[in-house]
Amino acid sequence: MVKSDNGKGGTCVVDASTRANLLCLKGWAHGGVLPSFAMAETHTLTLALRAFLKSYPWRRIDPVPVASLEKPVSECIVALVSSAGFVVPGEEPFSGSVRGGDFSFRVVPGDVDVQSLEEHHRSNSFSHAGVEADRNMGLPLDRLHELAAAGEIGSAAPRHISVMGSITAPGRFVERTLPAIAHLLVEDNVDIALMVPV
Amino acid sequence: MQTVGLAQATIEAHGIPTASITMLAKITATIRPPRALAVPYPLGFPLGEAHNRELQTEVLRQLLALLERDDVPVLEDLRL
Repeated sequence: MVKSDNGKGGTCVVDASTRANLLCLKGWAHGGVLPSFAMAETHTLTLALRAFLKSYPWRRIDPVPVASLEKPVSECIVALVSSAGFVVPGEEPFSGSVRGGDFSFRVVPGDVDVQSLEEHHRSNSFSHAGVEADRNMGLPLDRLHELAAAGEIGSAAPRHISVMGSITAPGRFVERTLPAIAHLLVEDNVDIALMVPV
Repeated sequence: MQTVGLAQATIEAHGIPTASITMLAKITATIRPPRALAVPYPLGFPLGEAHNRELQTEVLRQLLALLERDDVPVLEDLRL
């Protein structure tokens, strides 16, 4: 474990792999051009969040991996991956106290009543009103089942994935969590994964 | 947007094509996930409107349509 400048005037304790990722990010951020943000996109955000979005060293995917569809969408098994922090009732909630963000994931069975899911996203950087009123806003499971019933997709996957977004130090998420999620989806013969952030 | 973008990279690398919704298109353009659909809704409202079945379904349809593309990274606007 080492201490690292968190870029916000303080320090945070990170593990070696996370530090490597942060250093990589810093290298890119300093060598690249930070994006500018249109008012149309950010005018609804708080000043603090806008400042964070401008200064955070976003990770850049390079090269961009590509997998191609091997069959028509109407024959595909489709899984959802949501970062809304949903948890099946009775399971462990996501934590707001993990430094750098809770990097764990939960499985959401395809036959769950989506409105019964508990929302445990700890961030206050967005309005929770939409997902509180209708869980399909963060995990559109009902819509997916309707598309399957209409023959527009082959079927909804037997298991879907829930994580909690706002992971500011994504090293452990990338190295430990995402491979496990990918293996689970491969195990279920998923053909398409649709991602829903909040 | 970064959390799901990074998830896309790993899942896609395991052979499963992916597409994401984004409410912050410029950040998504920086992160470069394989395929993304920019929606004109605020954070917290990726599917547009609670209990609006028609709109939510249309967002999913346009998301699914991106799967036909392999000229990654793809970033398209929702068209209504």
